Amino acid sequence: MALEDRNRVVILEDRVENVSGAEFPMSFDGQETAFNMESFKDSFDIRIVRVTPTDIEFDLIGVDASIANALRRVLIAEVPTMAIEKVYMINNTGIVQDEVLAHRLGLIPIKADPTEFLWKHDGSVPTDQNTIVFRLDVTCEANRAAAPGETDPKKKYINSSVYSNQLVWDPKGDQSVRFESNPIKPVNDEILITKLRPGQTISCELHCEKGVGKDHAKFSPVATASYRLLPEIQILEDITGDDAELFRSCFPDGVVEIVEERGVRKAKVVNPRKDTVSREVFRHKQFEDKVRLTRVRNHFIFNVESTGAIPPETLISQALDVLMEKCEISKAALAAAVKSGEEDE
Amino acid sequence: MDTSEDLPNYIALQSVPDRKFDILPGASADLTSMTFCVKEEDHTLGNSLRWAIMQNPQVDFCGYSIPHPSEAKMNIRIQTTEKSNAIDAMDKGIDDLKSVCQLIKAKFQQRCQEGDYARIG
Repeated sequence: MALEDRNRVVILEDRVENVSGAEFPMSFDGQETAFNMESFKDSFDIRIVRVTPTDIEFDLIGVDASIANALRRVLIAEVPTMAIEKVYMINNTGIVQDEVLAHRLGLIPIKADPTEFLWKHDGSVPTDQNTIVFRLDVTCEANRAAAPGETDPKKKYINSSVYSNQLVWDPKGDQSVRFESNPIKPVNDEILITKLRPGQTISCELHCEKGVGKDHAKFSPVATASYRLLPEIQILEDITGDDAELFRSCFPDGVVEIVEERGVRKAKVVNPRKDTVSREVFRHKQFEDKVRLTRVRNHFIFNVESTGAIPPETLISQALDVLMEKCEISKAALAAAVKSGEEDE
Repeated sequence: MDTSEDLPNYIALQSVPDRKFDILPGASADLTSMTFCVKEEDHTLGNSLRWAIMQNPQVDFCGYSIPHPSEAKMNIRIQTTEKSNAIDAMDKGIDDLKSVCQLIKAKFQQRCQEGDYARIG
């Protein structure tokens, strides 16, 4: 197989070929493929494309799918955040039952830096180092100022809808000093928690703890974390004239453009990133043997959308820290297992 | 298990079992083939560690499996040539995986600092 084809996934009319890689020592005749950090360093690259306060898009180039997948899995399930874990219901006369209300409260993302907090182990007491306390006290009543005959509940009643911004942070110990510049609150102010009608009331105390997504999805720091492989459209033979127009229409806008070379209109791939790899080209006989659709197997386009609790750039660094910590723990545990094995003998 | 105080502790120590690594019965006497049972780990570490171990030219075979989805166990088998052994291969694999993560993190932070990207909002 040609060197360049090794890391291409080939998309054919009815199947996908060359899906798994074989970049391991002795896989290819006469090729040095043994891993070493220096050559990895040279071939590996990261390109950040776009960063917003909640999203990041970046390319991870030259790594194996197992590494990219580990990064994605850690982002979803193993980067810790703070979330409401315990709800002490003092009074709830609303129509949403205690357990349903508690579940809804748990899912509210909390803007708090989890690295500032310790893990709360089973049986350990809540302290200012491992727990954030919120209060929720709301009572719905009729709005006396409302016009007679008013039908809109928002105007007719006060507190007819309870929103996340009604959670009141109750700083404990030195928390008010530690988080003075960055007070703890829900990420979004307008998450509807429940609705109330006059006479109904909710009073509860909420305790946030540190946790990870594999325990409960509410702890997941990301809304989405996914990757896809970079599409590549190889034009094997020039596509010209009216065929070029047809060829362009087979792809989303901006993927293929028509250029004029010595008076001949020719199709040219300008931005394969935008391609959805729809295989529309294969429906046309005239493109047979003229085009090859592939994906670059070691070029991952990552899309990570944070819930807002942790900035997306920090999230990626933390995910890699988690992976490294896993390695450290494993190394120590392996040494311990070998030691206990020797003692048994 | 000791963890340095200055490092932010992302993994709760209560989720690290006492015997995280076990060597399953049936290892060869010369230690070239061995199956390890790793507790509280899944495909995240399993597949990436398998990849790292397989990069070692002394490794003939490496594969991992999760025998049952409701048990938090991951088995990883290594067979090496006579020039090495499974424990060394595992140790090297863990080190290599960590170096790869370190490199990715350093590069990512370098690119963040360079700021050569669209910043929206």
